[in-house]
Amino acid sequence: MTPGANRTLIQDLPRLALLGLGAVIVLAPYVWMFFASLKPGSEVFSNSLSLLPERFYALENYGKALREVPMLRFLFNGVVVCALILFFQTLFAVPAAYALAKLRWRGREVLFGLVMLGLLIPYHVPALPLYVGFARLGLLDSFTALVAPFSISVFGIFLFRQAFRSLPDELIHAARIDGMGEMSIVWRVVMPNAWPAATAFATFSIVAHWNDLFWPLIVVQSHGMATPALGVLFFRAEEAGNDVGALMAAAVMVTAPMVILFLLAQRRFIQGIATAGLKG
Amino acid sequence: MPEALALPAPRRAAGTARGLGEGAAGWLLAAPATIALFLLLLGPSAALLGLSFTDWELGAPELAWIGLENYAELTTDPVFRIALSNTLLYVGVVIPASIGLGLGIALLIEGGTRLRATFRAIYFLPVVSLLVAMATAWQYLLHPTIGPVNKLLGMIGIAPINWLGSSDWVMPSLCLIGVWENLGFVVVLFMAGLTAIPRELYAAAELDGARSALDRFRLVTWPLLGPTTLFVVTITAIRCLRVFDTVQALTRGGPNNASEVLLHTMYQEGFTYFRIGYSAAITVVFLGIVLVLMLVQTRILDRRVHYG
Repeated sequence: MTPGANRTLIQDLPRLALLGLGAVIVLAPYVWMFFASLKPGSEVFSNSLSLLPERFYALENYGKALREVPMLRFLFNGVVVCALILFFQTLFAVPAAYALAKLRWRGREVLFGLVMLGLLIPYHVPALPLYVGFARLGLLDSFTALVAPFSISVFGIFLFRQAFRSLPDELIHAARIDGMGEMSIVWRVVMPNAWPAATAFATFSIVAHWNDLFWPLIVVQSHGMATPALGVLFFRAEEAGNDVGALMAAAVMVTAPMVILFLLAQRRFIQGIATAGLKG
Repeated sequence: MPEALALPAPRRAAGTARGLGEGAAGWLLAAPATIALFLLLLGPSAALLGLSFTDWELGAPELAWIGLENYAELTTDPVFRIALSNTLLYVGVVIPASIGLGLGIALLIEGGTRLRATFRAIYFLPVVSLLVAMATAWQYLLHPTIGPVNKLLGMIGIAPINWLGSSDWVMPSLCLIGVWENLGFVVVLFMAGLTAIPRELYAAAELDGARSALDRFRLVTWPLLGPTTLFVVTITAIRCLRVFDTVQALTRGGPNNASEVLLHTMYQEGFTYFRIGYSAAITVVFLGIVLVLMLVQTRILDRRVHYG
């Protein structure tokens, strides 16, 4: 039993107060960002300690953020990029993980060694040569350039391999006896039985790529291809970026999707990202 | 039992089918990932290592092998030296701060039953939030004239501080945002570590005379959290070494290079000035530090298992 599990509310108060104080500090940027997005710029300048707006200015701020830069396009690009990355990562990693976990073939140990080696390399390392490569191919500023470098996830291979290893061999034998080929075993037998690993990997991947700034900053040149992270920087570079209210409105719009997803499925998110800690 | 007796026959049949195809199937299933691994990760990383020994600049018609000259230049480049020491400073401040605070918060959250999930979610929120956008929010909070932080400090008589605009305060400010950003991660990992400690150990320690909570922490919690702590330190260190988003969004290494960090200098040299060879050398240094950290972690893990 947890020490102090049966404390009364009064006895529990110091603990709650300390945690509450920390929570207020952690949440402060969200709170001020949100309330500043409801105020006209003049009010932000005159008195930033009071939260509630005297004049409700949200429509103007959010309108400006949507008008000055293609904010909805950024959000759409973010969704497309995250979806494509997750799709290709799964497509490549799952069959390989199955081959590593359940099949015996020459070269298996070598490939696993390479995967472990890959786990040690942060994605910033291959960025320069990849950039040069994409530039040569004339593919900068395209979805291909945004998605392709992440289509292989060594972390995904590693995670799925661990999950598949714990599945009973009988499951696979039975499917073979039913006449299933290895490819359909991968997608119709093994994968559905490794759902926790799959959701953990999906949340990790989506959060990582929605929030990524480094790579989009390198390959994206036009507003039309910008992801949400880059969109914030583009908006700030515009003249409207000096308008704190509108800037905060833009920040709220790009932050909200992931925060809402997180609040809807907190347990899965925390589990996914904590298990993914290995690759950070 | 009859079923069990009947099993070997189909099993063997399946076995021969596998014998023919298992090797080939393994190769085929792993081939796309293997090709992509070489093409997108291992190949380019090897190329980067090679480029770091050249003088190549993007657009230059040819490149020459200059051996260790880039690395020699790094040792005398004042901007790189600032970037390196700032990055290490950032790691050295953010790790102990977020681990100290994170462990405290995890102990408090685990110390009772009320609002556990709520607090965990609140502290974890920054980990999933778009860092560039939140950096913009921090910029507003820390704004020298209109920022609420300076307004609050003003109320207790502290003169306004130019958090992100002065070379004295810019690194502390970035470290503060770094702790805010990494704290939830540390809390969640420690909470997992704490739940894994068997409750009987606390009872046993109490019987053995560890009456105070502090004694129990010293004798049970801390030693048993050893592996978790090591893991948290390594992960946080690697996350911290990659500090880039906040610098790019808030200071671009300024004022006067006071907030240069490794990845930002690498980005500048490579993608702004197109000095590919030089930027590659910076990346190699970055990779070297990451590898050393991981090596140290594995060494310690190998040596002392649990109760060190």
